[in-house]
Amino acid sequence: MPRITMREAISQALWEEMERDPSVFILGEEVGVWGGSYAVTKGFYDHFGPERVKDTPIAEAAIIGAAIGAALTGLRPIAEIMTINFAFSAFDHIVNEAAKFHYMFAGQMMVPMVIRTVSGGGRQLAATHSQTPDAIFAHFPGLKVVAPGTPEDAKGLLKSAIRSDDPVLFIESATLYQVRGEVPEGENLIPIGKSKIQRPGKDVTIVTYSKMLDTSIKAADLLAQQGIEAEVVDLRTLRPLDMGPVLESFKKTNRAVVVEEGWRSYGVGAEVVARIYEEAFDYVDAPIQRVAQKEVPLPYNRTMEQLALPQVEDILKAVREVL
Amino acid sequence: MAEIVNMPKLGFDMAEGTLLRWVIHEGDQVSKGDVLAEIETDKATVEVESTYEGVLLRQLVSQGTVVPINDPIAVIGQPGEEVTLGANVASEGALKKPIATEQAIDAAGGYIPSPEPVLEIQVLPVLAEAPHASPLARSMATEMGIDLRLVRGTGPGGRVTKKDIELYITNALVPEAAKSPSQTPIAGVAPVKTFIRETRIIPLPKLRAAIGRRMADSTQQVPHFYVTHEYDVRALTDRRKEINLLLEEDDKLSVNDFIVRAAALTLLEFPNLNASIDLIANTLIYHGEINIGVAIAVENGLLTAVNHNTDQKTIYQISSELKKLVLRARDGKVRPEDIEGSTFTVSNLGMFDVDQFTAIINPPEAAILAIGSAKQVPVVVNGEIRIGNRMKATLSVDHRISDGAEGARFLQALAKFIEEPLRLLISF
Repeated sequence: MPRITMREAISQALWEEMERDPSVFILGEEVGVWGGSYAVTKGFYDHFGPERVKDTPIAEAAIIGAAIGAALTGLRPIAEIMTINFAFSAFDHIVNEAAKFHYMFAGQMMVPMVIRTVSGGGRQLAATHSQTPDAIFAHFPGLKVVAPGTPEDAKGLLKSAIRSDDPVLFIESATLYQVRGEVPEGENLIPIGKSKIQRPGKDVTIVTYSKMLDTSIKAADLLAQQGIEAEVVDLRTLRPLDMGPVLESFKKTNRAVVVEEGWRSYGVGAEVVARIYEEAFDYVDAPIQRVAQKEVPLPYNRTMEQLALPQVEDILKAVREVL
Repeated sequence: MAEIVNMPKLGFDMAEGTLLRWVIHEGDQVSKGDVLAEIETDKATVEVESTYEGVLLRQLVSQGTVVPINDPIAVIGQPGEEVTLGANVASEGALKKPIATEQAIDAAGGYIPSPEPVLEIQVLPVLAEAPHASPLARSMATEMGIDLRLVRGTGPGGRVTKKDIELYITNALVPEAAKSPSQTPIAGVAPVKTFIRETRIIPLPKLRAAIGRRMADSTQQVPHFYVTHEYDVRALTDRRKEINLLLEEDDKLSVNDFIVRAAALTLLEFPNLNASIDLIANTLIYHGEINIGVAIAVENGLLTAVNHNTDQKTIYQISSELKKLVLRARDGKVRPEDIEGSTFTVSNLGMFDVDQFTAIINPPEAAILAIGSAKQVPVVVNGEIRIGNRMKATLSVDHRISDGAEGARFLQALAKFIEEPLRLLISF
């Protein structure tokens, strides 16, 4: 199996879907002539032309509004929002229109659109450009929220997202674009809403997703050297949330650490931990720990930024707490 | 307006009940008399019937929860009705808990305002002094019947965790001999075992615990004395045969039916043995009703099923009522009135080929009659040995209420009904 980068995997998914379905098109800032802020759509403009790879003004509300309109008429737009921080400018359109239309108009219309965006910090972009507000978007029924952590999942899930008749927020991590992984060639659709055990173990369950999957696997490798076998469960989709593999793993290990890049309060970890307590209370052998970003606007200073973001060390410490 | 259903008090000593199973689901229609839920008390599984009509708006406790009596368990009202628990429960609680007010007198004699009633179903801890334990350790301990107080917790703050339970089990399973390194096996002894039956530890069933408590109380607190009498039961045996020839298979009378009625009629003459003592009020209570309890063996123990006003019923009535009681008791579906209010108990082991036995008094009753088997035995009649039909009965009596002579006279008086059973048919 070829080992390709996350960037290539996402690019392949877009390319293959655009080749397969002429109703798929891309719009966003710098996606065309420039080839994308993260070079994901490099070459697309020349191949598919300006009709299907549309550069837009720096106006997120307009991008999403246009995408919703296009989706309502039967197209399958892929709107790129450069970072999720800018999605707040389009928040109303995302949560009040894209997520609601199908429900509020009795199923008369669907909004089959994908919003690709980049979440997370760690690149010294300072507080307003480094947030991880994934949980906020996952709060809204009607909007699917997908956040893969491996190239294989990114490709398979993005293809499923493009084919989904529901609006999907597809969250990528800029720090993962260079990460390589094995990706099967050809058609390999991965269903939205399925968690996955990415690393088997028996002593403790680490639940995570997106960039923190990479961090958690590194922590699990270090734990293995100490004889602790951590099982890493990757949520992959935040809504709909699949607790099945999490609960199955937890019932085996009875101990869990939930790792997320965003803030702890009202976060993904809060949801996962609550669900474990609700659905597997009799299997709890130690209070479940959450590893998350420090509760501060993310600092610009590199050292301070790294201190505020969850690190491998934080996961090791949390695992020691629960064991 | 929505009505609150409370945990009913199904027995004079019932403090709490376990909600075993909801029969009516939230949103379902409820009529008066419908069975809402099944509740396990110390004595039995009892069905709780609705006294309200409407829709079950809310189940307030989940299955398996232990609920103190009079605490709310459900809300019944009209479809779509707003459930305002706070207001409803507060007013109900204020009316229904006078005892709390009485207790709220402080040392100086002043009243402490009783706290606001709170809608909180307290799950009583199984073990009062159990250490902190993880939910997993708790569920493991419950499943394996382990007393958590015996397990040493090594988790944070002494918390008992899965590891501690596993260690406890391992230690419990290693025989003492195996722990001592100096032991050497004795040579030349042929192995005798082909298999070892498993030692099982189970949590004490509620009924077993209740029987244990009551019987221990009775033997410790009630000074028993015993009087035994032998009855000629030839006539009873013959009359029973004659009567049963006239009855359908399901309706046939048992020897016990005769004895229950005989005891009831005899008690009319012996109010002391149909009485209770109240040590707190320093009074003797002579019961107006003669309610004969009959000990019934059920799974995990026995129940005293009650036939009310037995002195006023025919044998046939008594017999058919007792048959239904036995069925309900064995199905675990007794109603509160089936097991409450007995004033005198008959315990019959006659069907097990028992010569005689002594029974423990079922408090707060004054006496209990233990019946042995009716047997053919050699008897001396007019200086000759003949074959007689005899049955022994032993009366256990509370010496605080009655004395030996009275016990003996009771057994003598009982003889006229047992030995001349036609009296049972004519006396009212």
